[in-house]
This record gives sequence, structure tokens and C-alpha cells, in this order.
Amino acid sequence: MFWQQVVNAIWLGAVYSLFSLGYTLVFGVLGILNLAHPSLYMWGAFIGLMCVNAGLPLWLALPLAMIFSGLMGVLLDRIAFKTLRDRNAPHLATLISSIGASIFLISAAQGVFSAQVSRFPFGVFPVKVFTLGPVTITLLQISILAISLAIMLFLRWLLMGTKLGQATRAVAFNPVTAARLGIPVDRVIMQTFFLAGALAGAAGVLLGLAFNAISPFMGGPMNLKGLTVIVLGGLGNIEGAVLGGFILSFSEVMSVAYLSSDLRDAVSFVLLLIILLFRPNGLLGRSSAKRA
Amino acid sequence: MLNVSHLTVNYGAIEAVRDLSFEVAAGQVVAIIGANGAGKSTTLNTIGGILKPRSGKIRFDGHDISAMRADQIARLGLAQVPEGREVLAPLTVEENLRLGAYVRADREAIESDLQAMFMRFPILEKRRHQPAGLMSGGEQQMLAVARALMARPKLLTLDEPSMGLAPLIVNQIFEIISEIRAEGVTLLLVEQNARKALQVADYAYVLERGALAYGGPAAELRQDERIVAAYLGN
Ligand SMILES: Nc1ncnc2c1ncn2[C@@H]1O[C@H](COP(=O)(O)OP(=O)(O)OP(=O)(O)O)[C@@H](O)[C@H]1O
Ligand SMILES: [Mg+2]
Repeated sequence: MFWQQVVNAIWLGAVYSLFSLGYTLVFGVLGILNLAHPSLYMWGAFIGLMCVNAGLPLWLALPLAMIFSGLMGVLLDRIAFKTLRDRNAPHLATLISSIGASIFLISAAQGVFSAQVSRFPFGVFPVKVFTLGPVTITLLQISILAISLAIMLFLRWLLMGTKLGQATRAVAFNPVTAARLGIPVDRVIMQTFFLAGALAGAAGVLLGLAFNAISPFMGGPMNLKGLTVIVLGGLGNIEGAVLGGFILSFSEVMSVAYLSSDLRDAVSFVLLLIILLFRPNGLLGRSSAKRA
Repeated sequence: MLNVSHLTVNYGAIEAVRDLSFEVAAGQVVAIIGANGAGKSTTLNTIGGILKPRSGKIRFDGHDISAMRADQIARLGLAQVPEGREVLAPLTVEENLRLGAYVRADREAIESDLQAMFMRFPILEKRRHQPAGLMSGGEQQMLAVARALMARPKLLTLDEPSMGLAPLIVNQIFEIISEIRAEGVTLLLVEQNARKALQVADYAYVLERGALAYGGPAAELRQDERIVAAYLGN
């Protein structure tokens, strides 16, 4: 029973991390909380589903959904954030704008798709179950874990090992300094939104497959979870988001298994409250120093 | 190389630079001296594209850069050592240096320049893999200068490179400036340390409350009684 929960928490945590990385990345670079991030997650799931329904294989549907939600992230920035940034609007305006964008994206999904829960067709992924002593794990769960980890490693390489990553971190620390060095700040911001959107889209497709329930409202619970994860790890902190993702998944899975299944969505709120009270800068904390 | 004509810069209603005109010829070292709040940093930041002029023209290396973005101007060959150094604190020393060469594409030459910087500033090699923010003020100033040189700039602007540093380090910084000058890099140097600045400069301008008060060969300004009384003190 316990080891089964551990396995469940691991693959779920990987997707939470994936989702939250995009959230925290935008915060790290721009210092804004993009509350429309979960809507990109939801759109990613729908696009993945659409691709599959159109007869495309899953391995193609996933990257297509990522590209789509990435582009949507860029568009979101151009419309909802850049306009305000250019006018030096206060953070509150940006936050409200992101809530507005989120409502718009949810309504649009209701119009384009359906307010009902949609599902992937049966057999879209081979049903295969592995048993290892007391623990069972499906091929789907293994694949979700592997894909999430691969994307995270890729992101790590991109940020730490490439010129683009150095430029992104320079913009995150001080956009004025970055511009002096010749870094096209606006282009870096667009790339950041693309990455964040693509990460959200990937998480959408993967969790859509795992729970096989896709609806315009699926982003709702993710909003609180993502917020909890990035606050846990320290806003803007990349490693922190990964750590936070696993802490949340373990807390959720264990409380559901040993306390009550009603607790699933309450867990993130309790965690959020605890961290805000006792370690407001997060476990790996201090992104404020990063942005000083 | 650089030609500033009738430049006026505002912060809202505050006029920080008023009808300023001056020139920097290729290969020259030009100093701008002036008291606190005279508008020196404002002038450099406007040349660098961080601030936009209210009126006036700035020409650099044959281009009108008055309305260009900072990154575009950097690409044309202007490198800046900003006031307060602005090292990228969480990035390593090496990453800071590599980002100095962001505008370049000649990979091998970048590698050899990096090695050359390590030769010239051994402390930077020692701290190579450490976050730049952990270094002392003087070390960070070295890094800021080395980072700007990594761009192989046509024009290098320095905003008070001696600010807040111990006399020994200040001397070191000015030695480096003389070396850079000997290599033929065109320099525009802003300083409150007028004595030092006038020693390395060919030509100098004095800013007073945003406007040009004097301009002339540095050797002449060193002799000028009014300048000596006002800026060279004791
Ligand atoms: N961001 C700003 N907003 C409003 N006023 C400013 C701003 N920056 C500078 N000023 C004002 O513009 C004027 C020129 O400032 P600037 O920083 O260019 O002077 P400076 O010659 O570089 O001084 P220092 O030697 O102290 O660095 C000053 O009166 C200053 O108060
Ligand atoms: Mg200044």
C-alpha cells in the first residue's frame, strides 16, 4: 500500500513540476504571476485530444500541443502583458489582466470545444500493467514520468548550458543590464512565454491522459496547486519548482490514501498557508535576491 | 566616432541634460567631469539607448542612434561599463564575460579573448565559476570592464569606474584604462575623480547642471584656474 502510494506520487509529482516550471519561469523573468498559465495547460490538453481525434499518433500530438500552447503563451504576453509593460503599469494591473485572460481562454474553450468532459478514445495508449511485488504501475505512468523528466532535463540544459539560457537569466536578473550587453530583451521574453506555454501544454496532455478527463475547467484546481508548488520552491526558483512539485504530490497522495479522499484539493491550500506563514521565501527561497 | 548634438533629456518634468553637444573622435579618450547630479550618467545612458532623448541627435559610427534600442546600439559596437558596475550577480564570472561577447559570433576569437581576460585579470580566473555577486566591489569593477572589452567595442563608455573603491584599486582601474587606451579603443569616461580623469584623457568636457560649461584639451583644463578650483580641489 505505502510503496504503491510512493509510485503514484512520483509520476504525479513529475507532472506537477512540469506544470509549475512554466509558472515559475515567467515569474523569474518578468516578476509577474501569470494566472492564465493553467488555461494554457487546459488548451494544451484539448489540442492534444484534437490531434488524436484527427488520427495523429500520440507522439506527434504531444509536441504539436506544446507548440500550440507555446504560441498561445506568446500571444497572451503580447496582448495581456506587453501592452501593460510598455506603459509601466503596476503589478496589480498585470495580475488582473492575467485573470481576465484566463476567463477569456476558458470561455473560448467552452465555445470551441465543449463544456462537457471530453476523453481520449479508448486504446489511444496501450494498456499495459507491470507488477513488482506489491506495486503496480502502468506503461502510461512510466511514460509520463519519463517524458516529464526528459523535458525537465532539456529545460535545465537550455537554461544553464546555452547562450539563450544565459541571456534569459541575465534578463531575469536585470533587463537593463541585459540590454546594454546587446541582448534583445523583448525577444527573450517572447521565448520565455513560449517555453512556459509549451511546458503547461505538455503537462495538460500528460495529465489529460492520466486522468482521462479534459474540460475547460480542468485548470481551476491546477491554479492553486501551481501556486503552492512555486511558493514552496521559492518564486522564480527553477529547482524549487521541481522540489515543490514532488512535495505537493507526496502530500496529496499520502493524505488521500491515509486520511480522506476529500482532502486532495485542500492539501495544496494547507501547504500554501504553512509555507507563507513560516517560510514566505520558499524552501530554496530568495528570488528577491535574484531580482534585487 | 560619436557625435552628440543639442541633446536634451528629461525625467518627467525634470530636465537632466540640456542642449548638450560634444564629440568623441576615433582613438581618443574623452572625459566628462561634473559634480553629483550634473547629468553625466543621464548622458551616457542616453547614448547607450537606456534613456530616450527629448530632442537632439546622437550619431555613432555613421548611424543615427537617437531612437535605437540599447541592444541595437550595443550591436553597432558600443560597450558600457555602467555606474554601479551592474554585474549579473547570480551568474558566474565566466558567464558574465561570455555575455559580454553576446553580440559576437566569432567563436574561436571569443574563446581566445576569454583566455586573454583571464591573463589580464587573474582574479577573474580564480573566481571563474563563482557567482559574480560574491566578489568585492573592486573585483566586480574589473569584471564590468572585462565584460565590456569582451564585446571588442569600437567605443567604450565608463561611468565612474572609480566610485566607492579604495585608492589602490582606483589606481589599478586607471592603469587598466591607460592600457585600453594604448590598444586604440575609443573611450568616453565619466568621472567625479577629475584629477585622474584629466590625466588619462585627451579631451574633456565639464557638465554643470545638465549643460556644457567648458570643453577643451585635457591638458588645458588641468591648467585652467577655474577648473582647478572647482573640480581638482585641495
Ligand atoms: N530616474 C530618475 N528620475 C528622476 N530624476 C532623476 C533620475 N535619475 C537622475 N535624475 C536627476 O537627473 C539629474 C542628473 O542625474 P545623473 O544621474 O545623470 O547625474 P550624475 O552626473 O551622473 O551624478 P552622479 O555623479 O551622482 O552619478 C539629477 O538632478 C538627478 O536627480
Ligand atoms: Mg552618475
